[in-house]
Amino acid sequence: MSSADLANLSDKLMLSTVVLYIVAMVAYAADLGFGRRRRAAVEAPAEARVLVGTDGEPVADAPPSGPQDAPAERPKADWVRLAVLLNVLGWGAHLGVLVSRGLAADRWPWANMYEFLTAIAFAAVTAYLVVLWRYKARFLGAFVMLAAVVALGVANIWLYNSVGPVVPALNSYWIAIHVTAAIIATGSFTVAGASTILYVLKARQEAKIAAAGGPAPSEDDAGFLARVPSSEALDRLALRVTMFAFPIWTAAIIMGAIWADEAWGRYWGWDPKEIWSFVTWIIYAAYLHARATAGWKGRKAAILSLVAFAALLFNFFGVNYMFSGLHSYA
Amino acid sequence: MTNTQDTEIDADEAAATRAPAARQAPGESPPSRPRGIGPFGWLRWGWRQLTTMRTALILLFLVALGAVPGSILPQRGQAPEKVAAYFADHKTVAPWFDRLSLFDVFAAPWFAAIYILLFVSLAGCVLPRAVKHYRSMRARPPAAPRNLGRLPQSESYETDASPEEVLAEARALLRKRRFRVDAEGDAVASEKGYLGETGNLVFHLALLALLFALGMGNLFGYRGNVVVTEGRTFANALSHYDQFTPGRAFDTDEMAPFSISLDKFSAKYEVSGDKRGQATDFQARLRYRDSPDSPERRYDLKVNHPLKAGGAKIYLINHGYAPTFTVRDAKGQVAYQDSVPFLPMETRTYTSEGVIKAPDAAPEQLAFYAILWPTAVASGDGKQIVSAFPDALRPVVTVSSFKGDIGLDSGAPQSVYKLEGIGKTLQPIKGGQKLLKPGETFTLPGGAGSITFDGLKQWTSLSINHDPGRIPALIAAILAVVGVAASFAVRRRRVWVRASAGKGGRTVVQVGGLTLGHPTAEFDDIVTALRGPRDAGKAPAADADEDGADAGPGAAERADAEPGTGSATEPKE
Repeated sequence: MSSADLANLSDKLMLSTVVLYIVAMVAYAADLGFGRRRRAAVEAPAEARVLVGTDGEPVADAPPSGPQDAPAERPKADWVRLAVLLNVLGWGAHLGVLVSRGLAADRWPWANMYEFLTAIAFAAVTAYLVVLWRYKARFLGAFVMLAAVVALGVANIWLYNSVGPVVPALNSYWIAIHVTAAIIATGSFTVAGASTILYVLKARQEAKIAAAGGPAPSEDDAGFLARVPSSEALDRLALRVTMFAFPIWTAAIIMGAIWADEAWGRYWGWDPKEIWSFVTWIIYAAYLHARATAGWKGRKAAILSLVAFAALLFNFFGVNYMFSGLHSYA
Repeated sequence: MTNTQDTEIDADEAAATRAPAARQAPGESPPSRPRGIGPFGWLRWGWRQLTTMRTALILLFLVALGAVPGSILPQRGQAPEKVAAYFADHKTVAPWFDRLSLFDVFAAPWFAAIYILLFVSLAGCVLPRAVKHYRSMRARPPAAPRNLGRLPQSESYETDASPEEVLAEARALLRKRRFRVDAEGDAVASEKGYLGETGNLVFHLALLALLFALGMGNLFGYRGNVVVTEGRTFANALSHYDQFTPGRAFDTDEMAPFSISLDKFSAKYEVSGDKRGQATDFQARLRYRDSPDSPERRYDLKVNHPLKAGGAKIYLINHGYAPTFTVRDAKGQVAYQDSVPFLPMETRTYTSEGVIKAPDAAPEQLAFYAILWPTAVASGDGKQIVSAFPDALRPVVTVSSFKGDIGLDSGAPQSVYKLEGIGKTLQPIKGGQKLLKPGETFTLPGGAGSITFDGLKQWTSLSINHDPGRIPALIAAILAVVGVAASFAVRRRRVWVRASAGKGGRTVVQVGGLTLGHPTAEFDDIVTALRGPRDAGKAPAADADEDGADAGPGAAERADAEPGTGSATEPKE
């Protein structure tokens, strides 16, 4: 295939990816909305076994808090299975977008904002699939799909850039190392962010229930939050993912510094991108410390994590459009 | 330090998982306000406050907050010309911002105060912890608790082997698994996984080292910029730089005596498609000497491939065109003959502008403003010239001529890229506009002189720096990454084995495990291995936990202050 064919294929796969993600998002949402009752009946024994197997591992789906003895109605549709299937298909198409783009340009496919954001969305979906597989965190599916669809939408509508060569400054093997690390970290932080948002919502609901002193509201009253695990489990999942991403983010910044030393003649020059990477790093570090400190853990730490995620997003969007700096291409 | 906890971590998992002891407020809960404790007491109190996690968190947040204006406002260190422009545009607020050092955030005293306090707080926490960790690594593994059954992980079984055999086997097995093993009485105590805390300490100490490396580079290094045109030589001396920033402690006599000659600069551009005109490669062909008497060597300088010469590093930063002109005055004498660096106005087409100043022209000084079109074509409507491509395929300059006083004699500094006093001291020559191809001469109207466009050269902008902190900073940075990864990935864990004679001549073996954070499958593997094949299948081992390779969970809990004990982290009111 010629370069133009590959570029064309990449754009077509992009469309498939977005469509698959949207349908997967709807299916995940349907699962959150009314998927539980049926599963509670059908899968309760299986889940109980899982729980024993993981020895109280709370992130592995907590037992349904709703009525366990729901009548075994005829299943309407297995939303979560459908969602995961579409999600994985979308992920495959997404991978195809990146690979064909890279082949078309004959370089690493993250040299401009369009490619970078596409890759970050890919990393976020990959990170989600990993936590889905390891911690059965399917309740995050709808949120991660939403983030991925928004990211891909922004990439295609505002940032689209046709296949082309890179400017000489980007022509370095460091692009494979520094940018890849930044992409993996950003994608993982996105999953952590989704979990943290759910944590804040869930913790508020739990506090309300505790304050009311009454029994937990029935599933239909409690909304989708009844179908997500306890706030403690969400908090811990967010922490785990952050602890995976933080060292990678640290490495990304440092490898960026090494590259800057090769390309620009200084390893740290307080370029706006450098400043905001540093700010993001500092706030995530504060979150990790706060998480270990009584009086800060819980809601305060969660807010720090969300502030750090906001800084991360600002570093991507705000810095490029509001300030002029050396990172003008990504 | 401030902790009142014994170094011994008991079977109490809670004690093991809380925030670092050094970050905890004193356990004896002193009164919130020290009264009648004297200056020394105040110092102690202040030091404790400074080294609490709460203070560290606030300082971290302040560092982040303090860095933000550095990205919003122009900074002198990066773009002094933008700071000047900001002053011109914001006459009232700019001086106030300047008083707050907001144009030099990263050199500001208040910013330095924040990060120095942060690093002092960090050192105050980490150094005592390092000492403690060193001691605990050398101390014997903690003795077995009385009741192993109460540990988070425990197992007991009976075997035909004698207690001595069981303990010997346990010692061998645990040693093989690289535990530190200690035998005492009827039990074996073992511990491993010090790397987690070591990594944590290395990470924090590496950050301190990184700060020192940065400071060292700033103090003893230098950096400068110079524009070198093809055919010219640059010798590394202060006076030859266009811009030079020495470190505070840098002695300019120490500058390495290297020299660089630029033979040729070449740029490659994309020639077709919608990325047409985008640069794909730059290369500067150089000859250089480390010192005047060392042999001359060649180097192809490229972006991302700096040249190392005489302890300095030389980078290709920018490039542009430098047309060569010959200016003759009214008497026909050569008043100026040289190439003039032009600044690109637009990088897509490299249309560039520049000025030619001929102060030696008589009777009146001559000056020219010129625009270079590297690949000149007619614009769509055929009325104007535009450049279609950044490479010099069909170079053309348009010149506008001026005569009068250039203003160089007054001694006031002038930009080499601008004409000053147009309309005042410098008057445009009527009919003095002309389009020139290489080799063409324009004779100025009224016999004022002539200008010849001799040809086109290119210039490169080189950044030259010497930073003695570079390698230390790199080492510190690598240590920081390795340290943080290790601290998240490795947990400390302890295993105890106790064997005693039971009923019927059989031996009762009790195994207990304690992991900082979440239990791992390692414990079950150890139990299975201890029981050996002869007992296998007798009773199902407790459900194996998830894989031990999982970095997240344990590390996650490690950072967890257990409820109930956690309040010790905060100074009590």
